Amino acid sequence: MNRASLPTYDRPSAAAKAPVSPSPERHKGEIRITDVVKIYGSETASIRAVDNCTFDVPAGKITVVVGPSGCGKTTLLNAIAGFHSITSGTIYLDDALLCGPGRPSAEPGPDRIVVFQNGALFPWKTIIENVAFGPMVQGRLSKKQAFEKGRAMLAEAGLRDLESNYPGEISSGMRRRVEITRALMNDPKVLLLDEPYRALDSLTKSVMHEALLETFDRNQVTIFFITHDLEEAIFLGHRVVIMTTRPCRPKKILTVDIPHPRDYSVLTTKRFREYLDETIAAVHEEALKAFAAGERER
Amino acid sequence: MPESSALPGRLYQAVASTKFWRGVVATVVFIVLWEIVSRTGISRIPPPSAVVLTFGDLMGDPSYWFSWYLSMRRVFLGFFAAMLVGIPLGLAMAVSKAFYGTVFPVFEVLRPIPPLAWVPAAIIFWPTQELSIMFVTFLGAFYAVVINVIDGARAIDVRYYQAARSMGSSGWDIFRRIILPGTVPSIVVGATVGIGIAWAVVVAAEMISGGGSAGSMGGAGGGLGFFIWNSYVGGSYTQIVVGMISIGIAGYISSALLRKLGELATPWLREQ
Repeated sequence: MNRASLPTYDRPSAAAKAPVSPSPERHKGEIRITDVVKIYGSETASIRAVDNCTFDVPAGKITVVVGPSGCGKTTLLNAIAGFHSITSGTIYLDDALLCGPGRPSAEPGPDRIVVFQNGALFPWKTIIENVAFGPMVQGRLSKKQAFEKGRAMLAEAGLRDLESNYPGEISSGMRRRVEITRALMNDPKVLLLDEPYRALDSLTKSVMHEALLETFDRNQVTIFFITHDLEEAIFLGHRVVIMTTRPCRPKKILTVDIPHPRDYSVLTTKRFREYLDETIAAVHEEALKAFAAGERER
Repeated sequence: MPESSALPGRLYQAVASTKFWRGVVATVVFIVLWEIVSRTGISRIPPPSAVVLTFGDLMGDPSYWFSWYLSMRRVFLGFFAAMLVGIPLGLAMAVSKAFYGTVFPVFEVLRPIPPLAWVPAAIIFWPTQELSIMFVTFLGAFYAVVINVIDGARAIDVRYYQAARSMGSSGWDIFRRIILPGTVPSIVVGATVGIGIAWAVVVAAEMISGGGSAGSMGGAGGGLGFFIWNSYVGGSYTQIVVGMISIGIAGYISSALLRKLGELATPWLREQ
């Protein structure tokens, strides 16, 4: 299609990459998405959800994918996680093929943990049981060890004294933070966050953002973050990928050159406004298309 | 409200509330109206004062308590059998499409048959009357348990499975850690509904079958349902009412017990 409108892919130079890496061993969790196509439905009535989608999610960075609701970005996340198949193309995690020719669907695994839009803490397990779940079922840690590690991770995230509560007993903001802690307990290479803060009010959201950035600074895990909130995207992301509405593929890829750690004062800087100005038209255009196509909030 | 009473705060609050007194007044009015209706001869229903006297007499009568015991035993044994068979069956139907496809049609054909329609067939089929009555109570609870378990297991959100799978859980582990606990709330609902039906069924089954063990303890050895029927046949109208109230109490105790057990089984659903 009109490839000309796509900006050239901005691969950071080796020199620019060097200072961010705290240790070479940390640099794992690069996702390479190449020519991915996803068609839902049958031959006769098919929906092209993702089309010729190519971009990289660099290791140890936050990549935020922005697009109108229902544009197909969750389809992409589900393909990486291994919950859904793709029709063609390849997705690599580091050097391992997740899905591609002859392997339509990736195997879900603890190297890629999803934090869901509506939260998926097990309601019947206490906070500590939830957090200890991964290492325990993988047989990596005994129950006692998993609980100990869980307590330490919860304390690190500022979530002390919650461990014997059930998820239903704590606020939704707290639940999201517990869920991210539960994900990190698996030592994932990549965290896949699917609009995790969508249901939160804007004040709680800002607290969540800072907590996430803090978690990121501590763990340097690769983050693949989906949202339809452009401000959130620029505030959090090293890289922002703006998607076209269905079929979904990158319309504009932006490298946000604001150093981490970031805090909320960034929002009022000229630089931030410039990034916003640069991208808002592109996002709005896609939102209009989505609206016209009846792909409004669902 | 001042905490002047010796009662614990919450109880005191409950007793002092308008809601509580409304309930008390309504009950008193009901009893008074009932007394008037009987005394004036509008109806042959025995007055509450007479019922209370009979109740007092029966308290010391072992055969009355034996009726309680028999009905309770039938309800609970039938109910436990229904849980024992119904929970695994429901789970298997929810988990396996093939099993569901095989068993559910049969289940759906049998389900609309009211348990009471089974009474004659049950009496013919089972070697003792006791077993036939229990079988009928079993049926009453069984369908409610199975249907609730199937629905509950199917309603577990897919993202719990996805989360568990990505954290390395699979097969039996998913069943044990996700499906089973995720279905517990529905099992509790099924059990509560089921035991209610079991009570409704046991009374009628006892009336129809003649109580099964009639004769073992005089005429009143056949359970509470038979106790009512026997009182009717014997013309002892106050005893009929006592029998009815007894079943109400027994049903209430059973549900309260199950509610309590249900709360223990689902600590995450406790109200804050």
